[in-house]
Amino acid sequence: MSGKAKLRDKRLYLEDLTVSFDGFKALNDLSLYVDPGELLCIIGPNGAGKTTMMDVVTGKTRPDSGTAWFGQDIDLLRLSEAEIVGAGIGRKFQKPTVFEQLTVFENLELALAGSRSFLKALRARISPAQQGRIDEILEIVGLSKERGLPARVLSHGQKQWLEIGMLLMQDPELLLVDEPVAGMTPQEIERTAELLLSLEGEHSIVVVEHDMHFVRSIARRVTVLHEGQVIAEGDMDKVQKDPRVIEVYLGV
Amino acid sequence: MLRPGNWIAAGDRGSAWFLGVLALVAVAVPILNLVPPPSSALHLSTYGITLIGKYLCFGMLALSLDLIWGYCGILSLGHAAFFSLGGYAMGMYLMRQIGPRGVYGDPVLPDFMVFLNWKSLPWFWYGFNHFPIALLMMGLAPGLLGLVFGWFAFRSRVTGVYFSIITQALTYALMLAFFRNDMGFGGNNGFTDFKDILGFDLHSDKTRVVLLAVTAAALAASYMACRLIVESRAGRVLRAIRDAESRTRFLGYPVESFKLWLFVFSAVIAGIAGALYVPQIGIINPSEFAPINSIEAVIWVAVGGRGTLYGAIAGAVLVNYAKTYLTGAFPEVWLYALGALFVLVTLFLPRGIIGLVTAPDKDK
Repeated sequence: MSGKAKLRDKRLYLEDLTVSFDGFKALNDLSLYVDPGELLCIIGPNGAGKTTMMDVVTGKTRPDSGTAWFGQDIDLLRLSEAEIVGAGIGRKFQKPTVFEQLTVFENLELALAGSRSFLKALRARISPAQQGRIDEILEIVGLSKERGLPARVLSHGQKQWLEIGMLLMQDPELLLVDEPVAGMTPQEIERTAELLLSLEGEHSIVVVEHDMHFVRSIARRVTVLHEGQVIAEGDMDKVQKDPRVIEVYLGV
Repeated sequence: MLRPGNWIAAGDRGSAWFLGVLALVAVAVPILNLVPPPSSALHLSTYGITLIGKYLCFGMLALSLDLIWGYCGILSLGHAAFFSLGGYAMGMYLMRQIGPRGVYGDPVLPDFMVFLNWKSLPWFWYGFNHFPIALLMMGLAPGLLGLVFGWFAFRSRVTGVYFSIITQALTYALMLAFFRNDMGFGGNNGFTDFKDILGFDLHSDKTRVVLLAVTAAALAASYMACRLIVESRAGRVLRAIRDAESRTRFLGYPVESFKLWLFVFSAVIAGIAGALYVPQIGIINPSEFAPINSIEAVIWVAVGGRGTLYGAIAGAVLVNYAKTYLTGAFPEVWLYALGALFVLVTLFLPRGIIGLVTAPDKDK
């Protein structure tokens, strides 16, 4: 990164973030930028600060110092968790949590943007536009055929896709995805890679992942975290050759 | 997607069956009581009407419990408190209707107040001689209690077994309070010896069959209201809360407010059930608040089939029929039979009796 002008049009700006828990620095002067429409992969050993970084962005954890801006004019550190969701940041947690007893369609219906009040929900009907939106998302995540099934009968991979679909219903500008392929079969991993790649461009996506093979298959740009700092950035080949990365993470 | 107008047409056979049977009861019972002469084998006695009326009131209590437990996972072990409050509101109206016909003949004060040497009516008895005000209080008193109690409990995120325990404490505390003479609700004896309702003699069979028909109508109306709620998007949010509360919150739904609305609505239904119960049974006293009553209601729902609405009502009717029979024939075995029934149903019929006759995948 060189020069302020180049930094003008980023989607997410994290600068000099420090978070410490009882003296342990989970983030240590971390700076990171995400481009609009970019698919960024973040890797790093356990305790490198990946989850803490996501917690700061979603408002779950407040940093001791540093700034976090969403676009030019939204200061994430001043917003509540719910407001951050409303501002257009969606997060997918590691463990899939879909509503098991509801159908795939109903899961997406509940994720529809709009009023959340009880009285409105009593009278809510699905408009043709919303119906179209749900159909579109079902198509994107590849669950059109499963729309009427209760979510409890889906496979692990399908639940993950459904949850990504629920995030997409709210049309977030930035998607944070935590270990999407953990526990998936090779076919499901491949399908997930296609899904994330198809979202690139329309949404900025940050993926935290351990599976190197998977990261190689989707990432244009990889950021390596270690002890709360960025130690390397660039495409997969460059990162894998970086001596520090080899030492702390990839090293045998 | 089900819409208000066509939810029976949409294949909800359970509702169609339930409403059909209920309509049959509401028509057949009055005819069997009023038309055949008392000597005929087809004649239904006053006792029979009272029993059926009581079962329907308990069915309504079970309905209100299933709405919150079956669809939102809120297990209330204190729902008899709302039932009893509704009953007391009706009791106060009926006491005022006695007028000078009481044992002490005081035109305004009910007998128990004269007995306690009270000179004037306590302020909270004002207006209960007017039926519309009493009617309002039958819903308002339980609704307000549900609102205040639910507001504190849900806001503090009290859930699961802790919520169940404090609902037990609530109904127990109310029972102790209503036992006190200086509360102004008749203490230990409660209210009884009612004469008439809206000018109609409570001891006449005609009044009793009308009360039964009104109870059936109230049960049908509250059933349909509950059905509309659970089939709406709000109902799907409630089931989402039941299965993954924090996930629902993360989607932006105000979980506490959903629970509170539902809880208050459920309390009002329970209150109306209690209000209909009192003129048919002829007495209301603090033992209605007893914790065991709330627990029995939970057993009705579990036995009938949780999360179906009609299952809960069927459970209430069946278990109470068994209770009527067993407490008459073998009084000492009833509690053991109830306990055994609960254990057996939990072990072998997790979807209740109604699960025997409906396909497993119909419920969601």
